[in-house]
Amino acid sequence: MSKENTAIDAAETFKDRATTKQKVQTTLHNYPWLSSAAVLIAAVFVFNFGNENFLTTNNLSLILQQTAVIGAIAAGQTLIILTAGIDLSCGAIAIFASMVMAKTAFVNGWPGWAAFLLGIAVGTGAGAFNGWLITKVDLPPFIVTLGTFNVFSALTLFYATGRTIMDKELSPMFLYLGEPITLFSNFRITYGVLLVIFMYIILAFALRYTAWGRHVYAVGDDIEAARLAGIQVKRVLMSVYVSAGFIFAITSWIIIGRVGAASPNSGSNLNLDSITAVVIGGTSLFGGRGAIFGSLIGAVIVGVFRNGLTLAGVDLYYQTFAVGLLIITAVSIDQWIRKARV
Amino acid sequence: MSKSKAPVLEAKNLVKTYGRVVAIDGSDLQLFSGEILAVVGDNGAGKSTMIKCLSGAELPDSGSMELDGAPITFRRQKDSRDAGIETVYQTLAVSPALDIAANLYLGREVRKKGVLGSIFRMLDNSGMKKSSKEHMTALGIGTIQNMSQAVETLSGGQRQAVSVARAAAFGQKVIILDEPTAALGVKESGQVLKMILNLREKGLSVILISHNMPQVFEVADRIHIQRLGKRVAVVTPKSHTMNEVVAVMTGASKVEIKDQTLGPIN
Repeated sequence: MSKENTAIDAAETFKDRATTKQKVQTTLHNYPWLSSAAVLIAAVFVFNFGNENFLTTNNLSLILQQTAVIGAIAAGQTLIILTAGIDLSCGAIAIFASMVMAKTAFVNGWPGWAAFLLGIAVGTGAGAFNGWLITKVDLPPFIVTLGTFNVFSALTLFYATGRTIMDKELSPMFLYLGEPITLFSNFRITYGVLLVIFMYIILAFALRYTAWGRHVYAVGDDIEAARLAGIQVKRVLMSVYVSAGFIFAITSWIIIGRVGAASPNSGSNLNLDSITAVVIGGTSLFGGRGAIFGSLIGAVIVGVFRNGLTLAGVDLYYQTFAVGLLIITAVSIDQWIRKARV
Repeated sequence: MSKSKAPVLEAKNLVKTYGRVVAIDGSDLQLFSGEILAVVGDNGAGKSTMIKCLSGAELPDSGSMELDGAPITFRRQKDSRDAGIETVYQTLAVSPALDIAANLYLGREVRKKGVLGSIFRMLDNSGMKKSSKEHMTALGIGTIQNMSQAVETLSGGQRQAVSVARAAAFGQKVIILDEPTAALGVKESGQVLKMILNLREKGLSVILISHNMPQVFEVADRIHIQRLGKRVAVVTPKSHTMNEVVAVMTGASKVEIKDQTLGPIN
């Protein structure tokens, strides 16, 4: 080996030597949900000092129930954000579907299952409408869903004539997901929470182990490369918006169970809350990066923050302030991770 | 290696216009078995459009194409792939966040055998990784060991190696490379050129579009010169010099038919 080659080899070893900071960056790059899991553990630890009632089975089960709705919406939102899209209409779709279910059952006297299926169809159709505008009319997802957010909200108010349908007026089927199951002593979860966890497991499987999941990531990562690799990009996008619409429609059922009523005025913040959960969960808003379970962790983090700060006697304004800081921190970490030299 | 006299891929009198712009104006192309055909031409000569027609990205307005003597029409890129033609794009069409194996099999993933694959649609990740490694090694790119490495962690040359490996792994007959070294440094270009020669060793026919004359003269068997939407000459690196090729490309001189190499070389 010549002298010159030795010098190059020495440089190569030096190049591969990573500092601790770089190692952290690389690890987070490979497992983006790690940082959110760390935040969750830290938050639980801190809030435990804030109030002794925080780490009780009773309170933890309450947090899970409070998180279920955001968690469910965030599942659909994650799919869309992975393709570098965004959905501002998700909450409006869920509320619209919930009103369709409740009103056709109560006012029009439809059997519960028929009203339920119609609600699911309406939600899925709304998602398909978003997908159609995005893939066929070629509009940016932000604009499309900003528009349909208003359209679906208005349709809901128009259809429901501003009236909330109370629990006494609903058949037990709609309230089923709010029923608690006692796991041990005071730790209760609702069927709604179980459904959310089940949804996440299915989505995680599809994203990780099927070609469809891989294509979702590829489309979000570099849409042109995906197209040139022979992926039917528009079909993948369409499937994502339709699946998300279906998930939002399922969420409407969870909402009715959680609230115990169907109200056209609720859920106006669901869109931003779900984006918050997704972002805190480590999924990149630029698409192609992230893990679905991160969003569940993200939703739980927001729930833990709100609950923990409330128990610690912190004003609601400061809670919102804290969530805001959390978002900015999460996105900063995402940007830093993207620069990782692996 | 035996070379039949009939071309593997032949395009006759292709015309493609975009509105009032005539991109190719009755251009021919012949690619023979086991050869590297370089396509050179000035900007706007119609090289890229020609390639897009051959790879199914564009549908020519008129003219005909034949693969192994059978007439073909490509409406989509998938059609050309199914026929055994693979294209490596200038823009490094790889997905940065996905790993090497995922990129090699992107758009044609392999599912597991049995119920897991047919009902649960599970991907055969370990199988794809294993064969990815074989494909990479077959092209002399054994230096990349870990197939679960994300493509964004690779150098430009290694990324291009992934796209070339993808084309080589699935290309049955023809591989089209559009400016494969345009974004690469000297050392990396050298690696890619070596891979192109390996493709020929494997018996594949290669179309190489390039601006880089020294590289063209290094690897090409024949040089197809495109000018103003037409094929103006086909020469070989032995019969003509670089300066002569550039002169023909720019219209400063012409090559008589008798001095051209329209047939296969042995």
